[in-house]
Amino acid sequence: MAKIRSDYEQSWWPRFLRWLDRGAAPLDEELQQGLEETREGHLTLSQEDAAREEQQREARIRSDLAREEHMYSRLQEWRSSRGKKLINRLYSALAIVVCLGIIWLLLETASYLPPFGYPDNPANNEVSRRYIEQGMQETGAVNIVAGMILDYRAFDTLGESNVLFIAACAVLILLRLPSASDGGVHSTARLEAEADDRMYEPKNDMILQHAATLLVPLILLFGVYVIMNGHISPGGGFSGGAIMGAGLILYLNAFGFQKTERFFTYGTFRVVSLCALSFYALSKAYSFFTGANHLPSVITPGTPGMLFSAGLIPYLNIAVGLVVCCTMYAFYTLFRKGDL
Amino acid sequence: MQILHIMLLAFVLICAVSVSATKDLLISLVIFMSQSLAMSVIWIMLQSPDLAITEAAVGAGITSLLLFVTLKKIHAIDVQKGGRGHGEDQK
Repeated sequence: MAKIRSDYEQSWWPRFLRWLDRGAAPLDEELQQGLEETREGHLTLSQEDAAREEQQREARIRSDLAREEHMYSRLQEWRSSRGKKLINRLYSALAIVVCLGIIWLLLETASYLPPFGYPDNPANNEVSRRYIEQGMQETGAVNIVAGMILDYRAFDTLGESNVLFIAACAVLILLRLPSASDGGVHSTARLEAEADDRMYEPKNDMILQHAATLLVPLILLFGVYVIMNGHISPGGGFSGGAIMGAGLILYLNAFGFQKTERFFTYGTFRVVSLCALSFYALSKAYSFFTGANHLPSVITPGTPGMLFSAGLIPYLNIAVGLVVCCTMYAFYTLFRKGDL
Repeated sequence: MQILHIMLLAFVLICAVSVSATKDLLISLVIFMSQSLAMSVIWIMLQSPDLAITEAAVGAGITSLLLFVTLKKIHAIDVQKGGRGHGEDQK
């Protein structure tokens, strides 16, 4: 048994395991052998021989170490000069290969697609026919897209708004610096961020301020128009909210944080996001509940083409627009100075 | 109309390639913005104005803004503008 076990210890698999466990296994083994040799030497050989062997062993270890160091320095040198070039070339070659592979894959997939605009395409099924033919009577929205995304498929849009909100939360967690009210070591990071901000951002830029005075009201008005007419003309909550967010960011860039902090703070962001998302979820839950159970609902499509028609769609558009606007603005301010 | 369409598609293609080929991150961002803008015109020509508005607002506006701020955050802009910026400071 013992013999088998020693064989096992010497076979390649346990050696591989040992090598995995600690990288310098061979050297250790050598040391161990050396130790055993010296122990045996003590039993049989004289003191002089033992001392000589000790010296030999030390010399061997030293030479091993020197060799290792030499190899290491050579590796470092190679890595900094030729290896870098090699790896860079490998990277670019790999990038080209991967890029060509993806292009080939996509083109191959595209070749299986049905021809564009052909009436027998799988997309032209009863669902889209129903949307196109009866969408206006059922939802009251002239813009079929708005009727689809905020009435038939309102659940998807709720998910999108929530994704945006979650993204804003993640950015908030990652980038928000601890404020003074939270206590602790707040000052240095915050001061640094503010100094950084002061250095790189325009302060009281005359051209920017005059352009902003002219443009910001127009941009905000256009955003409101896009949101409010989402069910009548192209547009909707998402694009309108993005436009309004861009307007707010322009205003912030022109006039600084003192002006925007009067109406938009962390509390505003919290309250607006919470109210908009919960309004969306609750109202849509009501509409789904009554619709699925064929119950009478207070929400009526109204006259198509009017501003306040199409049931819930304008209000849902407003909710989505508010969430998007606040999220965009919050993203920007968080990236810029680490706070709202 | 057909020629305009092909020109826009070629412009988008050239922009997409040059975004990855440009060394300067700031310039590649500007190219990215213009690609988004051309894309929104293409959406209008494909008769989907909803997408065109969203592409213009999100693709050209918000995305590039966030990327600009990210570049500032990771100090990628000052490194590239360092020489020029310091020169102006010394004047």
